[in-house]
Amino acid sequence: MNDLLSLVDWSRAQFALTAMYHWLFVPLTLGLAVIVGIMETIYYRTGKAEWKHITKFWMKLFGINFAVGVATGIILEFQFGTNWSNYSWFVGDIFGAPLAIEGIMAFFMEATFLAVMFFGWDKVSKGFHLASTWLTCLGATISALWILVANAWMQYPVGMTFNPDTVRNEMTDFAAVALSPVALNKFFHSVTAGWVLGAVFVVGVSAWFLLKKRHVSYALKSIRIASWVGLAGILLVAYTGDGSAYEVAQKQPMKLAAMEGIYHGNKGQEFIAVGILNPQKEYDDNQDPFCFKIGVPGILSFLATRDANGFVPGINDILQGGYPTTNFAGDSIIAPSAQEKMQQGRAAIAALGDYRNARERNDSMAADSALQTLRDNYEYFGYGYIEDEAQLIPSVPMVFYSFHIMITLGGYFILFFIAILILERKQLLEKLRWVLWICLWSIPLGYICLQSGWIVAEVGRQPWTIQDILPTYASISAIEVSAVQTTFWLFAIIFTVLLVAEVSILVKQIKKGFNPQPVKNK
Amino acid sequence: MDNISTKRPPGYAKRIWYFYRDGFREMTVGKTLWALILIKLFILFFILKLFFFPDFLSTKGNTDDESRARYVGTELVERGVQ
Repeated sequence: MNDLLSLVDWSRAQFALTAMYHWLFVPLTLGLAVIVGIMETIYYRTGKAEWKHITKFWMKLFGINFAVGVATGIILEFQFGTNWSNYSWFVGDIFGAPLAIEGIMAFFMEATFLAVMFFGWDKVSKGFHLASTWLTCLGATISALWILVANAWMQYPVGMTFNPDTVRNEMTDFAAVALSPVALNKFFHSVTAGWVLGAVFVVGVSAWFLLKKRHVSYALKSIRIASWVGLAGILLVAYTGDGSAYEVAQKQPMKLAAMEGIYHGNKGQEFIAVGILNPQKEYDDNQDPFCFKIGVPGILSFLATRDANGFVPGINDILQGGYPTTNFAGDSIIAPSAQEKMQQGRAAIAALGDYRNARERNDSMAADSALQTLRDNYEYFGYGYIEDEAQLIPSVPMVFYSFHIMITLGGYFILFFIAILILERKQLLEKLRWVLWICLWSIPLGYICLQSGWIVAEVGRQPWTIQDILPTYASISAIEVSAVQTTFWLFAIIFTVLLVAEVSILVKQIKKGFNPQPVKNK
Repeated sequence: MDNISTKRPPGYAKRIWYFYRDGFREMTVGKTLWALILIKLFILFFILKLFFFPDFLSTKGNTDDESRARYVGTELVERGVQ
């Protein structure tokens, strides 16, 4: 048991390392693609050569990021087959479909038009080139859609039925999977977060040019475009973030409780604006969860239930049950306790065993009876692997602090883009060097914000790989811990080398600056 | 009359070939990036996938869907809390 838990921890760490590394490149690709598309559209409409120079410069940086980041996600798929084989088999049909669509449709679309984007200047018409740039952007975005649909299904498993003969969940309703509210919110939230990162990157790099007094006109024009994209992006992030939080409140209340450090829920629940958690706090003691906090009454209730006086359950409420809620099917129920769910989960797993034995004996009556028990209790199948209710609580400090770092930086970026737009419009930006330094140092803040969001989404749903259906403990393959440790360090080295390569190539290209040669307008 | 070329323009296939050939030839930073991509793909598929990430279910002798279902089914039942 302990070996298996250690194996789970190492495999999770490896998956997290790979996913977070992959998530360094993806949002910048999504954001730069939009910004480059807008810049080229201006070139297309005005015919001014300066916009071609500007577009080509940022397009080159987009290309470097794309090239270094491409295929880093494939490693995640390797891990599914080796480390998480039970999970892979259990969900194969559902998880496979979005990933296959992503691989076949989106990636090939992206790759085809990427070539025109880079090789096609002055060789294809301006209109076709512009269309290729936007289609590359669209391809990258659709790619993200299918990955996020697959991820959202794990957080909110709908549109499937479990087949005990194949031991797989089989898709019964593609639209329910692809268009679930969790998937849609997650998609728009992640993609628009990518716009914000792309915008911060462009503003930061352009600020560096202003600090060096190089390419001032190009840098200011880049900042103007990026700041508008960034402002639009961060406002959409806030809007979709609200939608995501509402969905979390309905479908993953434990995650919301961890995000806000709530142990005992209330009506008119306050939203913790700033807080320091009590590190000694255990879920079953009476200590104050916070050493210090500033909360705004009623706000969390409103965000979670759309009623400022609505009840938001805390960790202990969720474990004890007994409050009105809705199940996955949307029916109003009284929340069962963790113990009741664990009993149902155990009954479901036992029924799966009984069904398989009955089928081997060709005892159809016993098989039918077991199947009925399995179906009746399948909603809480994963709870059958939980020994102690404390295992149902994710790491509260990690989720709480990540969430608050994310929203604090989100608020910062709203003010940041508004301030930059005003200063640029008043022609003050290049004179205020301290502001330019803030712009430059905001680039790592953008990455921290996005990585924090990912930690909230993924650590917050622990112990589940599939919410309520399968925990990490049951998903893992029975492999040697040492094998996972070896590949973990191997990845850490490879990723570091790739990251150093990317940063050095990017820095070299940035230092070269915009192409100052005059370009003949077409 | 002398200025009019009698040469036929290249067909679509040739034009696409020239487009890619010239594009690759004219690359500057792109050559470094292609080298990086190829090295990365080699490490991913010929080292990591081949030596470190086998298909776990196949290594257990489960080569067809029926045996895989049996193996995973047994795992899921045995790991449940009794």
